Amino acid sequence: MIQYDKISSRDAFGNALLRIAEENPLLVGIGADTTKSMGMQKLSEKYPERVINIGIAEQNMTAVAAGMAATGFQVYAASYAPFSTLRAAEQVRTFIAYPNLDVKIVGGLGGLSGNIEGVTHQGLEDVAVMRSIPNMTVVIPADAASTEVITEEIARIRGPVYLRLGRGAVEKVFDAGYRFQIGKANVLKADGSDAAIICNGAVVARALRAAQLLDANGVKARVIEMPCVKPIDADAVVESAAATGAVITVEEHNIIGGLGSAVAEVLGGRRPSPLLRIGIEDIFTESAPHNDLLDRYGFRPEDMAARIGQFLSSFNSKNEEEA
Amino acid sequence: MIMKSSVAELREAARLIRRDIIDIAYLAEGPSHPGPALSIADILAALYFRVMDADPRNPGWAERDRLVLSKGHACPAVYAALAGRGYFDRAWLTTVRRLGSRLQGHPDMNKTPGIDITSGSLGNGLSLGLGIALALRLLRKNCGVFVILGDGELQEGMIWEAVMAASAQKADNLTAIVDYNHFQSCGGTDEIVPLEPMRAKWESFNWNVFEINGHDMEEIVSRLEMAKRFTGRPTVIIAHTVKGKGVSFMEADNSWHQRIPSKEQYDTAMRELAGGSE
Ligand SMILES: Cc1ncc(C[n+]2csc(CCOP(=O)(O)OP(=O)(O)O)c2C)c(N)n1
Repeated sequence: MIQYDKISSRDAFGNALLRIAEENPLLVGIGADTTKSMGMQKLSEKYPERVINIGIAEQNMTAVAAGMAATGFQVYAASYAPFSTLRAAEQVRTFIAYPNLDVKIVGGLGGLSGNIEGVTHQGLEDVAVMRSIPNMTVVIPADAASTEVITEEIARIRGPVYLRLGRGAVEKVFDAGYRFQIGKANVLKADGSDAAIICNGAVVARALRAAQLLDANGVKARVIEMPCVKPIDADAVVESAAATGAVITVEEHNIIGGLGSAVAEVLGGRRPSPLLRIGIEDIFTESAPHNDLLDRYGFRPEDMAARIGQFLSSFNSKNEEEA
Repeated sequence: MIMKSSVAELREAARLIRRDIIDIAYLAEGPSHPGPALSIADILAALYFRVMDADPRNPGWAERDRLVLSKGHACPAVYAALAGRGYFDRAWLTTVRRLGSRLQGHPDMNKTPGIDITSGSLGNGLSLGLGIALALRLLRKNCGVFVILGDGELQEGMIWEAVMAASAQKADNLTAIVDYNHFQSCGGTDEIVPLEPMRAKWESFNWNVFEINGHDMEEIVSRLEMAKRFTGRPTVIIAHTVKGKGVSFMEADNSWHQRIPSKEQYDTAMRELAGGSE
């Protein structure tokens, strides 16, 4: 039975933010007409002066965040993924990351969760852009419970982080016992010597189901959650490639520049291995409910299992020919 | 190919647009933006059914006037106007935001006949409109470009870059329309980032300024037609509007920025928009 979270990752973020703010009087939230929709409501009810709605002006929001961080605050600047990471990309790079200021860029509607709004509001290039900026840490929680834990963890870093969130409640994967460490992978299914599925975000639940389907067909795949895309857990990537000989990445992002690319960079340098990147195939998608989009754009567990099965047999048979 | 609709016919066209907006809000996929769409229904009726020169059978007609819906989230209103003018089958309307639909959550120029340019990320439309206006001028085409802006949207800095550039370029084929309904997403513009003095801002950037009641059809038509003929400078029409206009319980209630009506609310709204005896 598929179980859904009771709250969205945006509200989970807001719950954690309030707790952190209670401990840290120098925490402020800023939004571009997005303070309500990005979960800052509770914080602003308790500490009205610590949440600023700067107006519909993402570049302004981002540079104001940099100014406040340069003056001693830890700032959470929140809008929707394409606006916080693309519209304000230069402000993030030059005025937050370059001076290494303590600003958390929070992008909602990440991946296909921008759903019915369509391409304008879907964040499918955000990870690529944020990952390419020095000093930036990039994290992508899978569900509400892990969002709370991750939000509290990144608050401990004194520097820029991109926290990618979704929109609505998603499939529940974790509970409050979730553990997160910057730069560390999280093994969800340790057994499996045929393939390693490395995944993050709201598609983790679907990747787990794909692994179950493979299992039923005699293909044993281990599953690793990689919530921190940068710094990536390179050792975990190399180990899983060594143990299985084939790596699959699953992410709600363009296959260019996100988790799949990060894993390819590690494998290319340390352990060349066959790699299948499941994600958005470098196209623009469309408006529809989140689950409809996930099904349509390649994340049906059945479709993923079939693709992975084909992928494994394609190079296994090639190996046999060569042998 | 200009429709010479009378003011009474335009009022009727606006009523039908409003009914379609409510249909989309209730029957199409997920929460749409009824409040923002109702706010501009009268202006769109005037543009599509009288002021703009366009041909539904030939949406790409090079001589047409252009529309940029910079506040792209209000697109149900434009979809309703386009269907009303016959750009596409009315049956498309209730597919808005559904998988495979040609009517996206925000306007897509490649999927929807009659959409002149893609929009939905706020703050970009005036620059897009200026680009169209400059291109038309270079092509020696005597076409008008109308850009519909939200008031909250004016908080985006790029709007003011375009405001300066348009007057520098003397883009008199460009008309901006500000849907001045005093609301944005999180609440009132007057509390979040006030836009007053609105008129003085545009005047100081050397634009020709008209101010209208954005729900008074006679005033809308007269000023849109004057703006189209105005020479030497770009024109802005500051339209005083009510967010949610035409459905009593949506008027000036910002919870209708993005929301699905209940069955009961849908019925009430449709009754209010039934027309006939007023
Ligand atoms: C660049 C950008 N930032 C944020 C949004 C999200 N958003 C959609 S509508 C809206 C409020 C728009 O307010 P206004 O321009 O006053 O139009 P209204 O709907 O009130 O008529 C916001 C912030 C967006 N679409 N684009």
